[in-house]
Amino acid sequence: MDFGLLFSEFPSLTFDGIALGAIYALISLGYTLVYGVLRLINFAHSEVFMIGTFAALMASSNIMGVKIEDDPLSGGKLILTIVVCLVVAMLTSGIVAVLVEIVAYRRLRKRGATKLATLISAIGVSITLVEAFRIMTDSLPREFPRFFEKSLVAEIAGAQIRNDKLLVIFAAGLMMFVLDRFISKTRIGKGIRAVSQDEQTSVLMGININRVVTVTFLMGGLMAGAAAFFYVLVYENTSFRVGFFLGISAFTAAVLGGIGNIRGALVGGFALGLLEVYGSVLLGTAWKHVIAFTILVLVLLLKPTGLLGESIQQARV
Amino acid sequence: MINLRDAGATWWENASKLKRRSLVVSLVVFIYALPFLNNPLINTPGSMFESVLFYPIGMFVLLSLGLNIVVGKSGLLDLGFVAFFAIGAYTMGVLGTRTNLNFWEILPIAMGLAMLSGVLLGAPALRLRGDYLAIVTLGFGEIVRIVAVNEEFIGGARGIAGIPTPPDLFGMKFEILNPKPYYWLLVTMTLLVYWAVRRMAVRRPGRAWDAIRQDDDVAQLMGVPTFKYKVWAFVLGAAVGGAGGCLYASQILSIVPDQFSLNVSILVLACVVFGGIGNPFGVMVGAAILAYLPERIRFLTQPRQLVFGIVLVLIMNLRPDGLLPRKKREKFESEMK
Repeated sequence: MDFGLLFSEFPSLTFDGIALGAIYALISLGYTLVYGVLRLINFAHSEVFMIGTFAALMASSNIMGVKIEDDPLSGGKLILTIVVCLVVAMLTSGIVAVLVEIVAYRRLRKRGATKLATLISAIGVSITLVEAFRIMTDSLPREFPRFFEKSLVAEIAGAQIRNDKLLVIFAAGLMMFVLDRFISKTRIGKGIRAVSQDEQTSVLMGININRVVTVTFLMGGLMAGAAAFFYVLVYENTSFRVGFFLGISAFTAAVLGGIGNIRGALVGGFALGLLEVYGSVLLGTAWKHVIAFTILVLVLLLKPTGLLGESIQQARV
Repeated sequence: MINLRDAGATWWENASKLKRRSLVVSLVVFIYALPFLNNPLINTPGSMFESVLFYPIGMFVLLSLGLNIVVGKSGLLDLGFVAFFAIGAYTMGVLGTRTNLNFWEILPIAMGLAMLSGVLLGAPALRLRGDYLAIVTLGFGEIVRIVAVNEEFIGGARGIAGIPTPPDLFGMKFEILNPKPYYWLLVTMTLLVYWAVRRMAVRRPGRAWDAIRQDDDVAQLMGVPTFKYKVWAFVLGAAVGGAGGCLYASQILSIVPDQFSLNVSILVLACVVFGGIGNPFGVMVGAAILAYLPERIRFLTQPRQLVFGIVLVLIMNLRPDGLLPRKKREKFESEMK
């Protein structure tokens, strides 16, 4: 229990926690969107994220020709590289998410199969994707090149602001804002909300359920892809099993905030990021998941629908 | 596609007592005799057939039967079943290496501790529903593993080595190189659990679990003490997991926390759903197939798990209710609802 360190480093830790929370929040959006529409834990979502990290890696080395030993980029090339990597990662993850839905869920959904059958199908897809990447990468982690020199750009109230994390927070915030507008303002966004309220009625009202589901998976995938790029930008490595713990954490974040609720996923993501950073200082990094889960259990016991409550009426199998 | 479950059930209902008994006896004899049927048609290239029969096949059959009480009978999604398996194994590990107790004395302690942890987890968690319960149990499974990694008293990341084997039984020696006695013991335990589950299913607890699964609120309104039976389902599942873990530790002789990862929980759940959720016989068949398949195709060293994943997706898409689902009547009724 090192409270001294927690207090002296509190502002910097808060900043780090927000950066980590931004990544969690982006991934948990995918869980929450799919859960809102289909009442289903998309178990393969962590693999959508994992593929995003590899897509970002491919984009940087094969499209932009950046090598590990290269000097940091600067100026226009830097911006172009970041944009290309981000877009490629997002598109790849988005497409993979849509394909997962078509391969693993659509048929089961049409036959009205139980949620557990769909869950096992998702687990099957997840195993398949992880194994495919394990074989392709020879079970080795991959390094991601450093695009720009990571330096402290400012110190606000004692918090040391690192440029890459600042970029992540801003870009993630922008994306969350765009997604929130998309869901609340556009036609298809309204469709998504209608289906999460009442699937049968919205189908009777003429909403194309297949399109809503595809767009939902696409959105979740795009967000996971963005999270994947930000992850490799900050942590500079990836491996075939990168999705596992991040996926569990992100799903925890979604439940913490109230699954099915988009703003809840954001709150949950940031809350979990902060808790893990504070917790790992207090008790050591090994215990950070324990802290996160303990707090999750406490929150659920006091407020069984998560911090912001579910947007859906019932929470049952 | 022909409905195997219904065809089998019809045959069973129309068969005479003699036919039924002879089928059961020959099936049981076949299962006990499996270690001697080591031939190229069914054996597992790359690993010893007898030890594959014990772990993973037999062990997964037992664990799936335990999880089936929780997920299949009462419809509570538990993603942390490995925790009880780990608690059983660690009880055997710690007590076996630090005290003079033997396997038979530790087994009830292991089951008791697993049941106790089932109550400790279940009492708060079972007030939650559906996917919230899933995430809390998943968290519990991970916490148990992380505690095992970080707690030096139980060996930390290195785990526990030198766990004693069970004492001789009926002149059979329990040795690492001779897994047959372990397999027979495991089969006996599995049959006992199967018999107990069958008995319970037709009595009060079974009916309570059915009611809870179909509609929690209605069951509560009709006077079923739902919370009590949910905790009981959890505790009984935990006891089976703990017993499995205890036996596993005494066969494998050394345990490390990594053997008790989330993957085990997921695999056991996959066995339950794959075989036909809620039907104990189907669950046993499903678990045997899912545990056997990766070992059978071990010659495909690299893409073995890949094939496993693809098979899982294919089967679930072709038979969403599992290989041998619950009786159709019940399914029909729940659809009418």
